[in-house]
Amino acid sequence: MSTKQNVASINQDYTEKYGFHDPEDYFLKAPKGLDHEVVEMISRKKKEPDWMREIRHQALDIFTEKPMPKWGNMELLGELDFENIHYYIKPKGEQAQNWDDVPENIKNTFERLGVPEAERKFLAGVTAQYESEVVYHSISKDLEKLGVIFMDMDSALREHPDIVRKYFGKIIPTRDNKFSALNTAVWSGGSFIYVPKGVKVDIPLQAYFRINAENMGQFERTLIIADEGSSIHYIEGCTAPTYSSDSLHSAVVELVALKGAHIRYTTIQNWSTNVYNLVTKRAHAHEDAIVEWVDGNIGSKLTMKYPAIVLKGERAHGEVLSIAFAGHGQHQDAGAKMIHAAPNTTSRIVSKSISKDDGRSSYRGMIKVAKGAHGCKTNVECDALLIGRQARSDTYPTMDVSEDDVRVEHEARVSKVGEEQLFYLQSRGLDPDKARMMIVNGFIEPFVKELPMEYAVELNRLIELEMEGSVG
Amino acid sequence: MSNSTLNDRDIVFACRNLHVSVQDKDGTKELVKGVDLTVRKGEKHALMGPNGSGKSTLAAALMGHPSYEVSGEIWLAGERIDELEPHERARKGLFMSFQYPVAVPGVSVANFLRASLAARRGQEIPVREFRKEMTTAFTELGIDRSFMSRYLNDGFSGGEKKRLEILQMIMLKPVFSLLDETDSGLDIDALKVVSAGINEATGPENGMLMVTHYQRILDYVKPDVVHVFMEGRIVRTGGPDLPRQLETKGYEWLLEDSAVGSGGTS
Repeated sequence: MSTKQNVASINQDYTEKYGFHDPEDYFLKAPKGLDHEVVEMISRKKKEPDWMREIRHQALDIFTEKPMPKWGNMELLGELDFENIHYYIKPKGEQAQNWDDVPENIKNTFERLGVPEAERKFLAGVTAQYESEVVYHSISKDLEKLGVIFMDMDSALREHPDIVRKYFGKIIPTRDNKFSALNTAVWSGGSFIYVPKGVKVDIPLQAYFRINAENMGQFERTLIIADEGSSIHYIEGCTAPTYSSDSLHSAVVELVALKGAHIRYTTIQNWSTNVYNLVTKRAHAHEDAIVEWVDGNIGSKLTMKYPAIVLKGERAHGEVLSIAFAGHGQHQDAGAKMIHAAPNTTSRIVSKSISKDDGRSSYRGMIKVAKGAHGCKTNVECDALLIGRQARSDTYPTMDVSEDDVRVEHEARVSKVGEEQLFYLQSRGLDPDKARMMIVNGFIEPFVKELPMEYAVELNRLIELEMEGSVG
Repeated sequence: MSNSTLNDRDIVFACRNLHVSVQDKDGTKELVKGVDLTVRKGEKHALMGPNGSGKSTLAAALMGHPSYEVSGEIWLAGERIDELEPHERARKGLFMSFQYPVAVPGVSVANFLRASLAARRGQEIPVREFRKEMTTAFTELGIDRSFMSRYLNDGFSGGEKKRLEILQMIMLKPVFSLLDETDSGLDIDALKVVSAGINEATGPENGMLMVTHYQRILDYVKPDVVHVFMEGRIVRTGGPDLPRQLETKGYEWLLEDSAVGSGGTS
């Protein structure tokens, strides 16, 4: 089976740096499998209002009813066993605002992952989620004074029920797809952010998601609302231990950028290669708003993720800048969706992928220009780099344009790490590994330079490890 | 000539009975059909010949291009290098200026130069020291300093690429340089600057082989020995006045006249 090979191929460093796991010692671990009882239990444990509990139960029915997606990687999707997943695990201890109050094991885990250190150095707020619950949360006093709300989604449901109720599931309806329904049924944790009118948050906020248990299902739910004229940069990272059987991560992320607001949402996804990463992300950009998804997919067994932006207000701008790395046994099926629903809206998609060994990456993109959306401009660039003869890359672009005065540009390139490039660099004394690395680093440079420096360094290091011992 | 003499430290570069062939869909094609060449310290050689004669193939094969099958011997400073990979040849001091330098998007000129220099010297070069060296070389070749942060050969004009090749030659301090059509694509001012750079990079301790179609560059970089290369062989070897003859008489008479393969400087 492919899972065995996956484990064997994970490089030593992942196992050491991220692939370790703590002994399982939980307050509550739901048995494997999913039914209304599990949903009820999650909602009761969280002491949720009835309306949310109802949404969950309906969602479960929709999930059961909906067929699996007919795209992406149906073979790998077919291997996903929903009965072999724990849908809820609550670690011991209460949510802490001080790392010293976090249970020793969990605290050590996040220390090893460098989260507290990053927080001290360059973040304005952090949430750390372990299995199903956020175990640590902080926000700088300055931001709090400005009225910025940053907390886990469960707390937000208790403390700001009106805002949550107004937006929850409004950007991504339960029915959107099988996995949005699943998330809605069993969601737990995730981030809630509200930035008041005119407040510019210059320092990023970060969430870190960690899976620890085997056969874990993590279903965080994130909602970010940037009120008029405000701005926010949110970063998420994620890792998991390396197991020989599968885990599932299925998040729903909803963003609302009101008039003139700016949201940048950066993801560095580095799940171990036994994790299915099936995520729905969508934003609404109102008049003059800007939304940017900066999306890096390095890990996971199968990722299916197509961050979307609905450009609802005039002159709104959307960008998706993504990089995917597919090594042995991995399939990154990623892309973007831009819905131009208002006149004079603009968008840009830059998608870069690297496939190595038998890794596979796909770009799946959709551009839609609605009737009446005059004067829109959109630009799509797809670049795929193949390393090795077995590597594979596919592009599936869809265009649906209902107006004439629209500028649509689409460019797709597939290149191999070229013999001529290698020879040129080798003729300057660089050995083939170093030369190949240099070409790959150059290839991802347009993505890396959009990241805060600390993440750029980390991403380069990750790619370097993935590249080790590759054959050209 | 016996191989023992190739150990002579006075000889910076030599090849013996060099054959180069390439595999394509029609089978094996031999492009270089037995070349002998000996370059002594301080010597500048020119290899001239009509288009399509295989001059560039010869240069690339000497550098170790993976597309070619090569037999025969290649010597650099008294050592056989024909079994070595291109980067190993480069580290030992072989350099090639490309006719068409390859673009590597996303990699800055400065990063590339620093990595190359470290590979050639076998150790990292401190940033400050490197900056100084690089700035000096940029000034010398009249390249704007903004090029340091531009992506390697990406969107460069032909002339800019050639200047950057010679800049690398100056910084890497090769034992022996292969210059492949370095003059092509250069206007007269650029040609003067590049030639000055080449002259500066070649001293009494190293050598070079200029592969060129025109004699134009030879007015600025004076060769000591000139070879005429046609149909995969050196058909004539002469002194600095040979290019003038070629200028007036062309190449064809050499084939008729042919003491084919009689070349050799020994």
